[in-house]
Amino acid sequence: MAARVQLRHLAHARSGDKGDTANVGVIARSAEAYAFLKRELTAGRVAEHFAGMIDGPVERYELDNLQALNFLLHGALGGGGTVSLMTDAQGKVYSTALLRAELEVPDDVLASLAAGRGER
Amino acid sequence: MRDLRSAGGTGFGGAASFARMSRHSPNGADSPKRALRIACGQGFWGDRLDAPVEQVRRGPIDVLMLDYLAEVTMSILQKQKARDPAQGYARDFVPLLEEIFPDIVEKGIRVISNAGGVNIAGCRDGLVEAARAAGVAGRARIGTVTGDDILERLPDLIAAGHELANMDDGRPLSEVLDLVESANAYIGARPIVEALARGADVIVTGRSTDTALTYAPMIHAFGWSWDDWDRIAHGIVAGHINECGAQASGGNCMIDWETIPDLADVGYPIIEATPEGPFVLTKHDGTGGRITPAIVKEQILYEMSDPKAYITPDGVADFTTIRLEADGPDRVRVHGVKGSPRTDRLKVSISHRAGFKAVGTLVYAWPYAVAKAQKADAVLRERLDRLGLVFDEVRTEYVGWNATHGPLAGPPPEDLAEVELRVAVKSEDKAPVERFTREIAPLILSGPPGVTGFAGGRPRVQDIVAYWPALIDRSAIEPGIEVEVVEV
Repeated sequence: MAARVQLRHLAHARSGDKGDTANVGVIARSAEAYAFLKRELTAGRVAEHFAGMIDGPVERYELDNLQALNFLLHGALGGGGTVSLMTDAQGKVYSTALLRAELEVPDDVLASLAAGRGER
Repeated sequence: MRDLRSAGGTGFGGAASFARMSRHSPNGADSPKRALRIACGQGFWGDRLDAPVEQVRRGPIDVLMLDYLAEVTMSILQKQKARDPAQGYARDFVPLLEEIFPDIVEKGIRVISNAGGVNIAGCRDGLVEAARAAGVAGRARIGTVTGDDILERLPDLIAAGHELANMDDGRPLSEVLDLVESANAYIGARPIVEALARGADVIVTGRSTDTALTYAPMIHAFGWSWDDWDRIAHGIVAGHINECGAQASGGNCMIDWETIPDLADVGYPIIEATPEGPFVLTKHDGTGGRITPAIVKEQILYEMSDPKAYITPDGVADFTTIRLEADGPDRVRVHGVKGSPRTDRLKVSISHRAGFKAVGTLVYAWPYAVAKAQKADAVLRERLDRLGLVFDEVRTEYVGWNATHGPLAGPPPEDLAEVELRVAVKSEDKAPVERFTREIAPLILSGPPGVTGFAGGRPRVQDIVAYWPALIDRSAIEPGIEVEVVEV
């Protein structure tokens, strides 16, 4: 069985910028959540999520050692820095936008979150 | 008065005495009996004013590092220097040092900062006066590192074949050369290590790679050789964790944010470095904030591109090899980092004029707050059209509804108490942007009702400064780097 759950329940995140690219680091809240996200939260899935909001491709990097994924969102910041007209010109809260993504999450992954609450 | 400047001496003082370190025996009997404590006093220029003072006074540290230079800071400093040749450095650094000079001299703390901006000599002169005013004349040395500033050299460099192509789109710098306002190479740790070896208590650089402000003292204290890639990689990771102030110790932290204690007194990060490479991230006892593996992970991922290749002038760190675990309350130990050789080029940070922009805001209140704000936006845009004003971009956001999440925010919530209409424009020409700034206030009397939030006055026209990252051969920069150390 599974449930439709927002990413924010499976992971925490922080975002930053490099020019016109926003990076979003997604840190899984449990080992099971990481295994699930590594499989399901692909660059393609994230690109779909941000369709219409970013002008360039999405790249994904894996940090198994930290149970984290790093996404680069190219063309996300309207030029970036002082060039951009966006409120979030430096992508500081792009992380929160990604955490809205909804995923079909199996029960055992959900259980892992409730139980140990992951690594602190 | 403890003298830290015996010939060839590289010792560090500290509140607790410990063995002097010799740079020639990294793993020998001279190794320190306790870790080298490198404290971050500031994550950016504009960070909490008293954080560096707290770091110096709330517990023992050996090194205080402060980062003043964001990407476009250099262009601001160049403009200041153009108006007044005595300016061009981070002015706040001087009164800070006046405040803490007695502490750092008494405790043997080294201060390392990139506050020099584009007038490192001016900063040094300010520090000399500050030292005298603080009563430490004759008891301190100030080191400076110059050679990063290549603004005047650009035409010659281009003529010699250095394209300084934009790393994002490949354009040659010659395309925008007449718009350039600053150009600085990111230089690495070597000159900082030299200044430390020559006994400088306060070291001021221009553009240095931010992480080097943390790992240079590690290389100096432990005598790491310049090709000890794994140890240097530990230093790079330590620098990345340490360089954003409280973001590593509970600030801007998403995990369990609501339970993080006492952010008003958040302890800024301190790296406890060891000769082997592994280090502990911690903060002073009794300060607020929190340090856990999950929190450190947030900082590690911040402003990260390819984690396997975090490049600095002194080496490349593979962040996928980091191991970390809790080492007691508010202590996280980091180890296992692998590194690889430095590259043959240095990164260059160039900024250039890129037009003008302005942002106007008005607040619309319930009922129908969003609908009224949208109507105001339509009126404003029609006014701009009727005036024949042309912009490169006009962007409307509604703060309280969709300014940060755009279409992901969905339809506006029913019954919002208020929403802020935010309209931003940019153009290569100043005139249309200037005219735009005069079209906001009139909406108060001539636009939709329920409008307020104009106490700030007319929006100001801002200069747009574009950032141009490039690469250059080391041979074009390194021979020109100079280190000077003067007695106060």
